[in-house]
Amino acid sequence: MKKKRFGLVARREMKGYIFLLPWLIGFVCFFAVPLVQSFIYSLSNVKMTAAGRKMSYVGFDNFKYLFNEDTVFTGLLTDFYREAILRLAVILVFSLVIAMMLNHNIKGKGVYRTIFFLPIIVVSGPVLQRLMDEGATTVPLIESYGVSGIISELLPASLANPLNGLFTQLILVLWYSGVPILIYMAGLQKIDRSVYEAALIDGAGGWVAFWKITLPAIQPMILINGIYTLVFLATSGLNSVISEINSRMFNTSFGGGYGVASAMAWVYTLTLAVGLLVIYLVTKPRKATVVEVSKTREQIRVERLHAQRAAARKGGAA
Amino acid sequence: MTTKAKPSAWKNRAQAIKKALVGSNGKLGLGAKIFLYVMLTSLGFVYIYPILHMGVTSLKSLTDLLDPSVQWLPHQLSLDNYQKALEVMGFREHLMDTLLVSFLPSLFQTFSCALAGYAFARFRFKGKNFWMACVLLTFIVPFPVLMVPTYTLYSDYGILGSILTMILPAAAGQGLRSAIFILIYKAFYEQTPASLDEAARVDGASEKRIFFTIGVPLGLPAMLTTFLFSFVWYWNETYTTSLYMGNAALGDTHSVSTLLMELSKFEDSYKAYLEKVSGWAAKMGGATNIQNEAVTMAGTILTILPLLIIYFCLQRYFTEAIDRSGITGE
Repeated sequence: MKKKRFGLVARREMKGYIFLLPWLIGFVCFFAVPLVQSFIYSLSNVKMTAAGRKMSYVGFDNFKYLFNEDTVFTGLLTDFYREAILRLAVILVFSLVIAMMLNHNIKGKGVYRTIFFLPIIVVSGPVLQRLMDEGATTVPLIESYGVSGIISELLPASLANPLNGLFTQLILVLWYSGVPILIYMAGLQKIDRSVYEAALIDGAGGWVAFWKITLPAIQPMILINGIYTLVFLATSGLNSVISEINSRMFNTSFGGGYGVASAMAWVYTLTLAVGLLVIYLVTKPRKATVVEVSKTREQIRVERLHAQRAAARKGGAA
Repeated sequence: MTTKAKPSAWKNRAQAIKKALVGSNGKLGLGAKIFLYVMLTSLGFVYIYPILHMGVTSLKSLTDLLDPSVQWLPHQLSLDNYQKALEVMGFREHLMDTLLVSFLPSLFQTFSCALAGYAFARFRFKGKNFWMACVLLTFIVPFPVLMVPTYTLYSDYGILGSILTMILPAAAGQGLRSAIFILIYKAFYEQTPASLDEAARVDGASEKRIFFTIGVPLGLPAMLTTFLFSFVWYWNETYTTSLYMGNAALGDTHSVSTLLMELSKFEDSYKAYLEKVSGWAAKMGGATNIQNEAVTMAGTILTILPLLIIYFCLQRYFTEAIDRSGITGE
């Protein structure tokens, strides 16, 4: 009879937790506890001795060291974000273009989809490294026309270097578009065709329809793609920040060790969080206040069109 | 009248031509279609250019490699490179390692994520939104933050260098990118009707039984998708595998090495191989300095070949994953 104390709802709640239990255990053991521990490490000086790890609390010394004395880390970090902004823009635009092309009713859609999704299967650090060494990652034309030379001449180095990096790895950058393309396509398919037809009747051309219908409709997809792409760039197999953290972890002689490595990882995570927040703020769906204004402009155009047609009809009848 | 009718006739004709070329009303004209096909095909070519390049280079003989006039078609197809790459990488033994490292964790991950996704979709419990936010958090927080503590954790338990370092997190729903899989399952179980569950519940079936006899068979498509992605991602993983399994304790002979870990040190292995094959003469003669790209590319192809085969056989399950994930929302 004890069971009766739990209501039906409470019992179902318990059952939900039972299904969630494996994940909860994993979350605590492999995520929450390590997360806290890594924060503690980042505030301490960790020494490996024969007896085991010895930790002493040093406050924010590790962080101070990273920003004041360390010569490598901050440079790598700024390089990464400079590149990431460029790549993010390229990936988001490119995948939208491809998705819009594939959204038309064309034959062989499946084949194209297979091609554009293929890189997801093969992107991994060592494979990309091999391809880059081989020089197979740039569009051949860019090299032969000396685009990179022009760029370095025209722009300051801080801007030219990431741009050239983008060009020499252009295909690899585009390779990250596989998932965004599919996400955009899923979003585009949901837009009702009749909306476009209505807009066409109202006199809106393809260009206007893109800005006023397509873009607002897929705004949530842009947000998802932005977050997805940044997270993937930040954890990709060729990320120099991560390899630096990795090598510092075991390099105890020169500004390394678990403490500094953890501090680096935390700085990286926090900057990434800021990056994601920026993406959210830039791409979050806004209230459509612009539509009102544009509608009147469209109406004017439609009226003019009607007037023209009426005049033409009159001319034909005369 | 005739003078005035002409321009409008011209206009009509121009409009007809425009309609045929560009199209109207959402239907594509011929010109626009040709443009689309040309664009898509050329972009598609650029897209898979590195893979094609890799394939062609891997088939080139040494003379073809050095001959700049040979771009796409080698004079003779030489499978020598593959022979060498197989030996350099120790392909056979490491293939087994790789299969184990990708198969077992992904199996566990498929199941553990299904449980979590099922819980989120089919049950109402306190703190559900909080835990969902935690799932997303595990996606966003990059791996390096957890790298040091998990490494010490595994070393404390003495499982460094063993495949357990991959299996344990996967079994507890914390494998590679588990958050994505949980979201896929959640969306999938939310879309499938719960009426069968209700009927079974009325008949007195336990939740465990409902999950195994209804939930699992119903969720098979999502499970297949999850398993495939998980398999591919574990196959391609190098950070965690080389950290947890590559740095095995000294003297530990049983260390696991995947094909990708082998690929990342291909140059060194190749040098060692050359020295072994041609003896000290090659060492003195500088033959080891010749970087044979063809062999490297053959090695690269070999590491991704199993994935390519899986992908081309089952590509539908890969590309449909996004539709399944419910990412587009309702």
